[in-house]
Amino acid sequence: MTPATPTPLGHRARRFKPDRDVAEWHGAYRPYDLVKEFLIALVVVVIVVTGLAVIFSSPDDKPVTVKSWSAASPVDFAQTAATELDGSSGTATYGPPYNSTAGASQSIVGVSPESFFGVHHPIDTANDYVLAPLRTLPDRPDVQAAVDRYTTAPASQQAAWTAAYEKAVAKADASHGALVVPPGAYGPVGTIIGSLTSMARSGALDGALLSSRQFYGTDYTKPLLFIADGTYLADKAQAQHLSGDQWGMMNETGSFPGQAWLWLYTLWYQVAPINTSANADFQVWALMMVLTLVLALLPFIPGLRSIPRWTRVYRLIWRQHYRDLAAGSAS
Amino acid sequence: MSIDTRTPVESPDEDAADRPEDAAQWSARLRHSAVDALPPERLMPDRQPSYVASWIYVFGVLTLSALVVVIVTGIALSVMGPQWWHVSTTGLFVNSLHLWSVEVFFFTMIIHLWGKFFMAAWRGKRRATWITGVVSFVVSVGAAFTGYLSQQNFDAQWISTQAKDGINSTGAGAIFNVTNFGQMLMWHIVLLPLVVVALVGLHVLLVRLRGVVPPFAPPGQTGVDVVRESAAPESAPPTVTNGERP
Repeated sequence: MTPATPTPLGHRARRFKPDRDVAEWHGAYRPYDLVKEFLIALVVVVIVVTGLAVIFSSPDDKPVTVKSWSAASPVDFAQTAATELDGSSGTATYGPPYNSTAGASQSIVGVSPESFFGVHHPIDTANDYVLAPLRTLPDRPDVQAAVDRYTTAPASQQAAWTAAYEKAVAKADASHGALVVPPGAYGPVGTIIGSLTSMARSGALDGALLSSRQFYGTDYTKPLLFIADGTYLADKAQAQHLSGDQWGMMNETGSFPGQAWLWLYTLWYQVAPINTSANADFQVWALMMVLTLVLALLPFIPGLRSIPRWTRVYRLIWRQHYRDLAAGSAS
Repeated sequence: MSIDTRTPVESPDEDAADRPEDAAQWSARLRHSAVDALPPERLMPDRQPSYVASWIYVFGVLTLSALVVVIVTGIALSVMGPQWWHVSTTGLFVNSLHLWSVEVFFFTMIIHLWGKFFMAAWRGKRRATWITGVVSFVVSVGAAFTGYLSQQNFDAQWISTQAKDGINSTGAGAIFNVTNFGQMLMWHIVLLPLVVVALVGLHVLLVRLRGVVPPFAPPGQTGVDVVRESAAPESAPPTVTNGERP
């Protein structure tokens, strides 16, 4: 910026810059009814919106519940439950804000805000998703005995059981409705996961997973993350063109436009090297924060603020004004 | 104790003239500042410079109109509660109106934003107008996003479980939990709409305060060579830089 120059009138003077300053308008004025314009615009918007609502309605696909998931895909449910029990699921290894898994936090040049803020919504997947719900089952001494046997066993034994179960459940049969897992050396894990599957199919697990223990609850973090750890939700999303490599969450089910304004945010997830980076989410957010700041502060950034003048699109916007100027009638 | 039997004054000018002892009141000073900055004829003008003659100017008022429809349909949904539109055909229709008004709102706002970019509408002390417009857009994105999270359907489930990774990576997930339906609903229907309406209101006031940015001078002309700036506050009329000071 050119330094200000004091003037005798107590004003500062500086050189005129066309991308920062304007000359005061001394030209013609014309009648312009703002209220009428607004009301006409409102009527037009109401008509357009009503037409779109009548023709296209709005999407409302039923949510996936633990009950519907375990009924539609019991093998996927059982496999997911086993990974929650042995601590190898997506949620169990997520890191902050759900748990403190070492090395799970995303960072850029060593800066990791999620590590700084730490665990705020603690989830112990083995206990919250599997063992604690089973403890609520009344009149099931066999289940309580299996849970007791599992929880009192050494960690190495627990790992051996869950590994054996995960191997066996991959060959499980659910073609007749019930989950039938081939026999194996998985100790009490078969009873645990089998009982949890039955509980899920009855609908009891949906309520047991709600984060709030009050009568009223609105926090669905635990059931949502549990469902998202399986492949059932992702398969449904894939079929509805909603997965990450299909421009993800900016879309909606069906052919609705969704959040099209998130196109730039979603774009970065398709671009190398971000699309293969372990820190992709933080990189995309950092990039978008910088770009948003640049957009907001555009008037202060030399070069960028000159783009409108260079591109001359304004000649199209104010073409009548420039015609009037050429004809000598604008001022 | 004496009683003032004079009738209430009818205008701020009479107030200042008739009761100089009140001029130091905070209320009086605030009123005078507001009226000085935005007198009625500037707040609601009936004439505009002749260059305000393009369809691009319509998109600002279309955005405002769409925002009105968004708010009215949102209030209608709020009256009946979050479950209503899942079980009622009337509710589904109102939800559809809400959804499509949001789509129209963003469509018109983005065209408005690009139009203002190509006009370099920040010129002539209009930087605050530009910044409040951009921030309004960003906060509106958040308001719409929390709306998608509050739908209680498959879309809400998928969007929340996908979006959590980005928000958690910034550390914001510690307090802004996208999988907490109750929290997202409150942000969607109370906090963010308040911020959007406040920002849009400020943006419109700034537009009225500074006026519509004049066109670039034709190539080879700048109109003026030197800008003189008063040492007075930003709100005072500048000597040269303002576009709408007939």
